[in-house]
Amino acid sequence: MKIRNNQGPLKWFFIGISAVFLFIMLILPLIYVLVTGLKKGISVYLAAVTDEYALKAVGLTIEATIISVIVNTVFGLFAAWTITKFRFRGKKIISTLIDLPLTISPIIAGLIYVLTFGRQSFLYPFLHEHGIDIIFAVPGIVLATIFVTFPFISRELIPVLTAQGTDEEEAAALMGAGGFRIFREVTFPHIKWAFLYGIVLCTARAMGEFGAVSVLSGHLRGKTNTMPLYIELLYQGYDFTGAFAVSSILVIMALLILILRNLLEHRGKSEN
Amino acid sequence: MGSITKTGKKKTKSVIPGFGLSFGITMAILSLVVIIPLCSLIVFSSQLSFHEFIETVTRPRVLSSYRVSILTALAASAVNAVMGLILAWVLVRYDFPGKRIMDGLIELPFALPTAVAGISLTHLTVEDGWVGSFFGKFGIRVAYTKFGIIIALVFIGIPFVVRSVQPVLEKVEKEYEEAASMLGASRFRIFFEVIFPEIFPALIAGFTMAFARSIGEYGSVVFIAGNTPYETEITPLMIMSELQEFDYASATSIALVMLLIAFLILFVNAVIQSYTSKIVSGIE
Amino acid sequence: MKQAYVELRDINKTFGDFRASDHVSFSIQKGKLIGLLGPSGSGKTTILRILAGLETADSGEIYIDGRKVNNIPASKRGIGFVFQSYALFRYKTVFDNIAFGLKIQKWQKADIKTRVEELIELVGLKGMEKRYPNQLSGGQRQRVAFARALATQPQLLLLDEPFAAIDAKVRTELRSWLRELISTVGITSIFVTHDQDEAIEVADEIIITNHGRIEQIGTPMEIYLKPTNAFTAQFIGRPTIIENISRFRGFEQAPDHLKAVLRPECISVRKKQEKHKKYEASLEEGAVEQVSFRGSDIELKIRVKGSLVTAFRQIGEPEITEGEKVDLFFYRMYVLDGDNAYTITNQALTVEESVYRI
Repeated sequence: MKIRNNQGPLKWFFIGISAVFLFIMLILPLIYVLVTGLKKGISVYLAAVTDEYALKAVGLTIEATIISVIVNTVFGLFAAWTITKFRFRGKKIISTLIDLPLTISPIIAGLIYVLTFGRQSFLYPFLHEHGIDIIFAVPGIVLATIFVTFPFISRELIPVLTAQGTDEEEAAALMGAGGFRIFREVTFPHIKWAFLYGIVLCTARAMGEFGAVSVLSGHLRGKTNTMPLYIELLYQGYDFTGAFAVSSILVIMALLILILRNLLEHRGKSEN
Repeated sequence: MGSITKTGKKKTKSVIPGFGLSFGITMAILSLVVIIPLCSLIVFSSQLSFHEFIETVTRPRVLSSYRVSILTALAASAVNAVMGLILAWVLVRYDFPGKRIMDGLIELPFALPTAVAGISLTHLTVEDGWVGSFFGKFGIRVAYTKFGIIIALVFIGIPFVVRSVQPVLEKVEKEYEEAASMLGASRFRIFFEVIFPEIFPALIAGFTMAFARSIGEYGSVVFIAGNTPYETEITPLMIMSELQEFDYASATSIALVMLLIAFLILFVNAVIQSYTSKIVSGIE
Repeated sequence: MKQAYVELRDINKTFGDFRASDHVSFSIQKGKLIGLLGPSGSGKTTILRILAGLETADSGEIYIDGRKVNNIPASKRGIGFVFQSYALFRYKTVFDNIAFGLKIQKWQKADIKTRVEELIELVGLKGMEKRYPNQLSGGQRQRVAFARALATQPQLLLLDEPFAAIDAKVRTELRSWLRELISTVGITSIFVTHDQDEAIEVADEIIITNHGRIEQIGTPMEIYLKPTNAFTAQFIGRPTIIENISRFRGFEQAPDHLKAVLRPECISVRKKQEKHKKYEASLEEGAVEQVSFRGSDIELKIRVKGSLVTAFRQIGEPEITEGEKVDLFFYRMYVLDGDNAYTITNQALTVEESVYRI
């Protein structure tokens, strides 16, 4: 009975469709970015990516990415541990709230932060008095980035921990082990790969976020422009070579992330 | 039923230590990042006058933006459902050179910043672009039309369907299909009567996620759409332009309508999921 | 009377609307091996988990060695616990699994090594110290779980369905191994099982649970031969329920319209030509409907006065075929009277005989 590996024309038809689709939709845009970025020669390319404002944008993107990965890592580990290892009321509500940023438009994400920290907010007098700028400043960009990547790590961990159950932790607790020790020695080895995978996803999304950051950024060149915002600025100024040159950095990052992701997934699978 | 059994207040103490600390940290971060901002949205919305709210969200330009957003998101998600199913099928059932690369590529839209995808797709599909010139021969314009928006949304939505269907398809028991083919069912029949019902909930879930993501998408769409009023203006863009004019009341009103649409989609999905899981588990 | 080592007093526990423990009280003597036996969902595992401190009872008191332990954390109760899944730390070696509890108690490195080696020797896993749990067979994993539970020298060993995850063939072997091991170590132990053969074979004493309640407590012999309630009578052995027992010869004295449990070992089957001087007057005639070979014996389904009963016959005895008319003699039945049960012996048996014959 060989119904699975049918070698008929249907197989190659489907593979063909898939390959053409992926080539046009995914690969062509990548190639286009690289080709256009380099069209006017390597020196123009280098000038574009080493421009003072470009470097500042890279710096801010890295800053926002690192902070949101750290915050989401701390949150992801604690949230996943709390949700999967304990019974308590309101667990479902908490899970829903954690996943909420996935279903909210990035523009709305930006909007709710504007409402929270902006001029019309009840927090504004306090913030203003202490000279704290959040919206149209770096903290707003960081917060927006945290928000859009918020569930990425916990979502990778929760299914793994749910499948693992609580027996091992209970056994360790019965022997008198403390919470931190149980986490480090018993729980963490189970989620190692899922955790790294979550970090990779979080990094990818954090460095590329556009909508929410766009709402909260003051679009100040060299101050509150992340790389995607800087690309938009160049693009709208008809500096296409510059826009694609800076984009090429993000394309290369994306490819690296994809490779890393696949390696991690492979490692995780082979270990089980 | 005279007595009321009191099960309300009960301490469910776990032997695993650390609940207080980890619950506390979880709630603190969750509050700062999600709950407080969400509350401020609710507080701000409650201050809107109902009349103004209705007036804002039914402006003709806003109404047509809903239409553009919903139609393009539906079309893109439908394309993704079909292509996603084919891709998942190809990746699960066939062996061919380059399969691992194809599998790895699926997640590219997650990894590639949407703005980069946006400008690249735009340049590819303008009239003299690599792809646009091809369509131009048939008199079809891609960039700066709804067609262009759909292309961008297909790009960002494709991983949702593939990654939702793929694991389920992997688990469809080979015995099922063998049993069906022993009974003499044709290949198409096996697919539509045996396999398809199994993966249907996952397909719907993937479609829903792609749709929810598409309707809120901004970065990749805003470049390719051209943003012609009444034609290619999407709802997130309407919110964005209200924000740029510091008209927070209007921005919030439109955002509430969008949130409503998003929750409606999630609700429909939840109903379909629970309905199909009832069939599988046989519980009324 | 000896002082109870473990005692539960009026324990109640609900999960939502589900009553997992309903006024559970019992006590256990030191050094005994106790089997908690009941169908799944009967609350036996909950009792074990409450005792260990893995669950908190809604009400009631728990005493271990004369000390009330309700508010003592699980890790301080001096309990070794073997999980149904064994809950071995998947990312630790056999050695590290067993050593974990000792490390927590801050034993010296050298002492840990000695103790772990001693335990590995005890459970017969020498040479496997460096393996990881998924490199072991089910039986070997169970042995590691025992060693780990025993490492810190607990006073009470609790085992949740210790044989459930093991192949039928290895299971019997492990049962006697466990029994021996526990008596060597001399530790008071309680294990949960849904398998009556396991409970009867391994336990000193059996506690029958059903719907969160304790139905009966007794030695395996008592549980088997003298069920005191309807649940136990129907749960143990291979029961056939027959209606209106006073219509059968030798049971005319029973009240009208009572149901009873009749077990195969309480029925003697004879071919028509076989002689049976003694109970001639109390024989019933039945028609054999089905004969099945079961390896060690032969199982017969016999229709007698409209009821279908199950009986066994030895391999060596003259063969009985389907459709044959046979004589039956019922030694005893367990009468179900509401929730209670009691034994009625065939009147034809003398007092003496009823003692010797099951």
